[in-house]
Amino acid sequence: MDEIDRRLVVATQGGLPLVPRPYHALADVLGIPAAEVRARLAAMLDAGAIRRIGAVPNHYALGYRFNGMTVWDVDDARVDAMGEKIGALPFVTHCYRRPRHLPDWPYNLFAMVHCKSREDADRLVEEIAALLGPACRARDVLYSSRILKKTGLRIAG
Amino acid sequence: MTARATERNDAPVVLDATDRALVNALQGGFPLCDEPYRAVGEGLGLSGDEVLERLRRLLDRKVLTRFGPMYQIERIGGAFVLAALKVPEADYERIAGLVNALPEVAHNYRREHALNMWFVLATETPQGIPAAIGKIEAATGLPVFAFPKEREYFVEMKLEA
Repeated sequence: MDEIDRRLVVATQGGLPLVPRPYHALADVLGIPAAEVRARLAAMLDAGAIRRIGAVPNHYALGYRFNGMTVWDVDDARVDAMGEKIGALPFVTHCYRRPRHLPDWPYNLFAMVHCKSREDADRLVEEIAALLGPACRARDVLYSSRILKKTGLRIAG
Repeated sequence: MTARATERNDAPVVLDATDRALVNALQGGFPLCDEPYRAVGEGLGLSGDEVLERLRRLLDRKVLTRFGPMYQIERIGGAFVLAALKVPEADYERIAGLVNALPEVAHNYRREHALNMWFVLATETPQGIPAAIGKIEAATGLPVFAFPKEREYFVEMKLEA
């Protein structure tokens, strides 16, 4: 990432300009042609530096009131194979392996599910549990009960 | 959970069919053309101005929390780390204020567990993470439990409106 890319990140981390020609608006701010703005964004998309350009919905406003971080203590020898399987489930939005913090926290596999009812969420958790089978030794589901902050990335301008 | 913890700022919002179609369309790839809002509108029977007007309203009503590029900061030299605190209930609001005050805190959720505050740190360099954790521990007097990802199996955050 060069200095112009960095300035492009700073200019867009709060959002894309809400004007008919947003890439031209960014071009004016950065002092480069609009075609270069588009090319730089396309390159960052190709490189995975931008996951996608789009909208981030507020789960609750769309009716997804049961946002569960499901956490599982999975045998280290099997966690990667299981993580791939759980991540491939259509209703899992994020799936990661993370470190345990013993004795407080025995869980090493994290999978997020978003549901409109508690019954739906319970059913999905059971689906994950069935897939893990005996590879899983303990589990929990942490529901979010309040958004305390949601601004996304902010690097200094 | 207490009544106070219901989502005071996040009640479900009534959307019309066009808003729903727009929210769904905007969670896909946004075009890199001269007039992208107009291009999105073409698929929905809306003008570019109508797309912009609805998008502004969706952002104002907090149906959308943001609209733009979603940066994967690790690919541009930075770091993201999930972290958690065990916050005493009586001190929850004050601690939330201290944690949220850091620009490195990208988002923060209350979750129902002994570890009851879960936030994501996003920093421009990997060294920024221990620095931010140090600031939070100094400000709150509580130990931070860090959960850096060791492996990512899947990420695609799309919710059907």
